[in-house]
Amino acid sequence: GNERRKGASRAEEGESQTRPERIDRGRRKRTRSHQDTKGSEGDEEVQPKIQSGRAAKTRKHTKNEKTRKKEEEEKAEKGEGKERHGKRKKTSASKKEREEVGGKHTMKEKAQEVKRKNIIQQMNCIHNSLSSEELEKLKEAVDERKKLIQALRGKPWPIKKKCVILRESQEFVEKYEGALGKGKGRKLYAYKVLMSKALMGRPYGTIPRKTVPRAEATSAMDFAVLWDFGVSCIITLTLTTSCFLQWPFHATFRKMCFQGYAQYSVLFYGYYNNQRAVGWLKFRMPLSYFLVGVGTVAYSYMVVIRTMARNANESGVGDDNSFNFNWRMFTSWDYLIGNPETADNKFASITTSFKEAILEEQESQKDDNIHLTRFLRVLANFLVLCCLAGSGYLIYFVVRRSQKFALDGLENHTWWERNEVNMVMSLLGMFCPMLFDVISALENYHPRVALQWQLGRIFALFLGNLYTFIIALMDEINLKREEENIIKFNITVWEASLFNGTVSVNSTAPPVTIEPADVPRGPCWETMVGQEFVRLIISDTMTTYITLLIGDFLRAVLVRFLNYCWCWDLEAGFPSYSEFDVSGNVLGLIFNQGMIWMGAFYAPCLPALNVLRLHVSMYLQCWAVMCCNVPQERVFKASGSNNFYMAMLLVILFLSTLPAIYTIVTIPPSFDCGPFSGKQRMFDVIQETLESDFPAWFGKVFSYASNPGLVLPFMLLMVLAIYYLQSTSKSYKEANMELKKKLQTVVQNMFPPLVQQSCFNVYF
Amino acid sequence: MGNKQTTFTDEQLEAFQDCTFFTRKEILRLHGRYRELAPHLVPLDYTNNPDIRVPPTLIVTMPEFKENPFRDRIVETFSEDGNGNLSFNDFVDMFSALCETSPRELKTIYAFKIYDFNRDNFICKEDLKKTLNKLTKGELTPEEVTLVCNKSMEEADLDGDSKLSFSDFENMVSKAPDFLSNFHVRI
Repeated sequence: GNERRKGASRAEEGESQTRPERIDRGRRKRTRSHQDTKGSEGDEEVQPKIQSGRAAKTRKHTKNEKTRKKEEEEKAEKGEGKERHGKRKKTSASKKEREEVGGKHTMKEKAQEVKRKNIIQQMNCIHNSLSSEELEKLKEAVDERKKLIQALRGKPWPIKKKCVILRESQEFVEKYEGALGKGKGRKLYAYKVLMSKALMGRPYGTIPRKTVPRAEATSAMDFAVLWDFGVSCIITLTLTTSCFLQWPFHATFRKMCFQGYAQYSVLFYGYYNNQRAVGWLKFRMPLSYFLVGVGTVAYSYMVVIRTMARNANESGVGDDNSFNFNWRMFTSWDYLIGNPETADNKFASITTSFKEAILEEQESQKDDNIHLTRFLRVLANFLVLCCLAGSGYLIYFVVRRSQKFALDGLENHTWWERNEVNMVMSLLGMFCPMLFDVISALENYHPRVALQWQLGRIFALFLGNLYTFIIALMDEINLKREEENIIKFNITVWEASLFNGTVSVNSTAPPVTIEPADVPRGPCWETMVGQEFVRLIISDTMTTYITLLIGDFLRAVLVRFLNYCWCWDLEAGFPSYSEFDVSGNVLGLIFNQGMIWMGAFYAPCLPALNVLRLHVSMYLQCWAVMCCNVPQERVFKASGSNNFYMAMLLVILFLSTLPAIYTIVTIPPSFDCGPFSGKQRMFDVIQETLESDFPAWFGKVFSYASNPGLVLPFMLLMVLAIYYLQSTSKSYKEANMELKKKLQTVVQNMFPPLVQQSCFNVYF
Repeated sequence: MGNKQTTFTDEQLEAFQDCTFFTRKEILRLHGRYRELAPHLVPLDYTNNPDIRVPPTLIVTMPEFKENPFRDRIVETFSEDGNGNLSFNDFVDMFSALCETSPRELKTIYAFKIYDFNRDNFICKEDLKKTLNKLTKGELTPEEVTLVCNKSMEEADLDGDSKLSFSDFENMVSKAPDFLSNFHVRI
């Protein structure tokens, strides 16, 4: 048979050689024609599939595999395996011979063609001879191989080994995939062949592939900034869309003011008309304003709580301190460091952190004077309370004074006196935290605990300030409302005077035209509130930037340049460079967001302003950090308190929306400005919409649903549900801890390492 | 695709792409960097897989490794002979395992190998001591070193054989918040 093969064309050879073997298998003749067409298509695909260097070796390997598979099934059915096996071996041997002899390309091509044909015939053979179970097993094997190919990158083997395995698996998959699936697989196979033809026979490698990096836990700073940015953006987007939707449809555009055009711009509440439906779209403007306001608050709540839930899931059982020394040893060095100075800093900080940990360990092993510590802590808390009370009183005093100034007329006072409230608040915000820091030295807490106390105190400070501010604002609102009543009275008088000389009611005289601009305007307390918030935010921003420039930049410049002519080492000693205070900055961001939430209902474009401000802040602070700051000396894990910041954010969200909700529910809107003017209460707009825009039955349903008899039991049910869920979650946590302890003791007492490994892999 | 390069055959590049986290361009760039280390030793044409190895003394001079206290161990771990002589395959392997997209499990395996100085598949107290000394450049006193090593062993050793097996190490590292971001080399 060998001589015969050498002479004739290879393709036919292969077929003719195998034909007599298959003559008894009638079914294959049907598939023969299919194969032929496939064969010619498969030629061009063959080349890239067969690798160059080790072609002979792998071909032999796959041949062995093939023969093995064939043997198995053949033995099960007929006893011709050995014959075929022998003939196969001869074929492979002869093929190798042929390859070694003569030119590479054409020989290879033809050999590969023959191989392809053989593979296809193999496939048919297998497909037609296997039962469905074995087909299933084969399918599983193919899937497993495919998974292996996908996961190959992540295996800890050297590249040589990976390449070999890759080649084997690819050939296995190629060979068997077409055989499975009874026609579906073939169609897929043909499609794949077609696609590879379309890509010029190069299915891999032409298109660069990059895997998306997995998002891992980020530090609190990055998180807060990005998150804030994201939420601010969404709020801005919602508000802007609602703004722009009404833009072309404004009928009356109330202009003319003395306090600046901005007062009547889209920035503030007063811009919006109270027309019920605007433009040809019949856009329900007041309703939309109300719903957008409520909706943004609801959305913010949802986002914060969802983030907290996700954080809680990720932090697992919450063992932050369990591997202190190990983590410092194995995960503290940053492999990205390439700069010698940075490396030195890193070595120093690692050494410091080890020394700290050692000290802590030694301290925890000795019992200190508990009473002294307790006394000092009580003293520290007392001092802090005094501080907070003092700052609260100072703000109250300043606000009263500014009200007095306002009554006198603002022009008579200096710039400082006019902006006293904001400046005092910002200055307090700057100096009090430093004071708290000094006081906390008395307390002698672990750095993380001390940080939490510090943050809690700063939180209380800001909250106190903000609420004092709001109370002052309430006073002003009341003032404005009184003013409003006076003006209302004046307007009726004025209108009466206009109609003084005209005829009686049922005449047909033309109505007196009143220029809109001439009508005396009522005061708008909502706009005033919005303005106050905008002013607060701007002054806050300015304070931050100025602190940055003076406290960080100027200080760095002075330290750097005066160091040459100063008695002691400025860099190491007293002023030195300022540290980058991550927690303080995060807190600042949180409070900024709180103020936005508070003011957004009355100054709809405030979120947009804030987004702008955040952009600028980010670039400025980025520059400042690179240029003037040194890393914090204390290297403890502040990012473990991710949920702490989120919890604070949630509290702030709640506290910020409280004033807005209070004003919506209790204070009647101004009669002369805003989308709710003329109504008794702002939420009357919903009532109105229900009555006029929805069918009657809807209103009835709604009134039933809002019946207190229904609402109260529902609320009770929710409270009970919360209680139930909380108690079950507590019991799960306890069970978890128990199991963990049990597992540890079991493992320590009984088993050899191998079993432990499997235990751990299963459990963790 | 457009740029004709003669360093690798297409099959080789495809295989590299399937076996590592790098793209075509990155692999060619890696070859450039590899060649830079020893231009007289490393040929431009790799189509026939020449068996060339660059000694560790040249590799640790790379800017990515120059400041790393574990550079010798890294290079030894990825070398075939265990002495730090890296072939191009080993070189690519190393950067692929340490790159940003490499998964946590892979990094954990190689981290364990790196910190296992005596290569006995366990991290014993001597390994810990050596790691600590490399990290602190000998700034800690011997008592402090002993204390730290004892505490580490106490924290992580779960089977009580006073050395860390791979499962102990994996358990400890899986909870570490900045393992993934720190154990990362960019090239």
